[in-house]
Amino acid sequence: MMKKVLSILMASAMTLSLVACGSQAPAASGEGAAANGLIKVGIINNDPNESGYRTANDADLKAKFTEANGYDASFAYSLKNDEQIQAAQNFIQEDVDYLLLSAADTAGWDSVLKDAQNAGVKVILFDRTIDADPSLYEASIVSDMAKEGQTAVDWLASQNLSEYNVIHIQGVMGSAAQQGRSGALDAKASAEANWNIVKQQTAEWNAEKAQQIVQSVIDSGEKFNVIYAENDDMAKGAVAALDAAGISHGVGKDVVVMGFDCNKWALEELLAQNWNYDGQCNPFQASYIDDIIKTLESGGTLSQKTIIMDEKGFDATTITQDDVDNYGI
Amino acid sequence: MKKQNIIIRAVSNQLFIPIIALVILTIINLIHDPSFFRPTLVVNNAGNVVLSGSLITILDFGSELAILAIGMTLVTAASGGQDISVGATIAIAGSAMLRVICGGVARPSENAHSVLLAFFVACLVGAACGLFNGTLVAVFKVQPMIATLILFTAGRSIAAWINHNELPIVPDPKFGYFGGVIPGIPIPTTVFIALGCIIVIALLLKFTNLGLYTQAVGINEKSARLNGINPIAMKILAFVILGLCVAIAALIKVSRLSTINYSVIAKDIEMDAILAVALGGNALSGGKFNMWASILGAYIIQYLTTTLYTLNVQSDALAAYKAVVVIILVVFSAPTVRDGCGKLIKKLSPARKEAA
Repeated sequence: MMKKVLSILMASAMTLSLVACGSQAPAASGEGAAANGLIKVGIINNDPNESGYRTANDADLKAKFTEANGYDASFAYSLKNDEQIQAAQNFIQEDVDYLLLSAADTAGWDSVLKDAQNAGVKVILFDRTIDADPSLYEASIVSDMAKEGQTAVDWLASQNLSEYNVIHIQGVMGSAAQQGRSGALDAKASAEANWNIVKQQTAEWNAEKAQQIVQSVIDSGEKFNVIYAENDDMAKGAVAALDAAGISHGVGKDVVVMGFDCNKWALEELLAQNWNYDGQCNPFQASYIDDIIKTLESGGTLSQKTIIMDEKGFDATTITQDDVDNYGI
Repeated sequence: MKKQNIIIRAVSNQLFIPIIALVILTIINLIHDPSFFRPTLVVNNAGNVVLSGSLITILDFGSELAILAIGMTLVTAASGGQDISVGATIAIAGSAMLRVICGGVARPSENAHSVLLAFFVACLVGAACGLFNGTLVAVFKVQPMIATLILFTAGRSIAAWINHNELPIVPDPKFGYFGGVIPGIPIPTTVFIALGCIIVIALLLKFTNLGLYTQAVGINEKSARLNGINPIAMKILAFVILGLCVAIAALIKVSRLSTINYSVIAKDIEMDAILAVALGGNALSGGKFNMWASILGAYIIQYLTTTLYTLNVQSDALAAYKAVVVIILVVFSAPTVRDGCGKLIKKLSPARKEAA
């Protein structure tokens, strides 16, 4: 009896919380926007808790799409595609002018984007692309992960080491960031005779795993002089293992340390010359989107549909405090 | 006849499986690379002389697992179920610890509060999580796996919320001692922390009725109650002890990198902790337990992990290898297989005698 009551209670609590989640998302602000001359945008993003990158991305959007800048913005967050699609439908019903979308998954967007087109809502993709007909959206602003990898590998090649023995620590296998950042290094290692990949393992963006992987290479006594970690966290874990074993790292030291994402603390490691390189993954798309909307509103046309953002790679020998302040996330 | 008895006794001993695993892993490593077992002295980047090598790595990373295995064994014995929220509660306790040390600032220039106070708060938070889980299990009779599913799902978000989504970094290098080494001592601090926990639990089991009462509750709740033991209190106590173990493990985890990442810290560690209990030959359905077998099991799992890394197994395939271990364990601990084995040995022994 007790059990039954409890299970009913729990079930109802769960449904309630589901309902709460569903309704809380897109609703919010928004009526009579056209009247006061504001451009009404609905922004669908991934959960800002996901990573430092996403937190910076969300903060950037929130800072740009304000009433002071002429926007009436509503936000919806989810890491799940179906919830995002639901939010998109709500935004279309609310009659937004623009729908900004960072899709959780590449598939499943065709029908809802067709609805948007029929309702006269213009769609702009940011951060992530989707598998849909390009006629369904106005523009997409994305990072070129393969280019990020290429920039990093080119930088490494320019260091003119006599031999490259690389520990390659990968992100979650199959993610766009992992594929792009691994691709360039794999190609280079198979093309050049003096580039060896000593160890190639996925640490799944996890610093602790990276630490164990590098520790195992050190314990087995294999020689290496480059750590190519596909994000800053994993580079940090790798460096912890180096520190424990008394292996020097950084500018002019035994091991070259490379990371990605440009977290502020990581750039500070560069500034202190403990690391050598950090590749940017630009989360600041808001100004690009703003430009596009301004162009479209003034009746102009876009010169290109896919806009690839500028992304830098920072070298510890040339980085400045200004870079840390401006590009650190 | 005597010989046969020894074999049967060895096979039915609880330590049989973990010791066999230990032997197999050792043989594999001896064949692959004997230097696996040779620790070397190196000077780390902080200028301290430390021991380094695969054995030290196993002791270092196995320690937090051993600490968790202590609590998990008690929970398993008392409630007949497992706590799957361990990784998430490590995130919560670790986040609370950083909140106190850094005072809610992401990049403080010095510690806002002492590490001791922070650890105390983390213990309170860990114990509170244990109390929550324990109350659901003991008072509301929810299945342990379902009860702990709540914190398993929500824990990492709660951890992020505690620090307002910031990832604080502890400025004081001394904080790194807990997950690293103390200057002047060449052995990782984690080994001493684990040793301390093992001594405490050994004393508790020896001088209190904790072990006896926990087993009594696990074997038969009703008869335990008729004998004056309060099963609800014992179950809650087991979860609270696990909560304290979680706080200690969180100290080690957070200290290793002096920071935290809510989504990945101690990811899937609950599975390793449960596996440690199972590898120790303890019944996952509760009742009798052997604490030392669980602790040995924890180090063997780390031994397995380190061995697989050394053998260049892809790290995303590690789980598959552990799954094989689970399958073997489950099959071997099944009563039908055990009976079959016993009969087989009995059959073989006289046959051998005749041949001789």
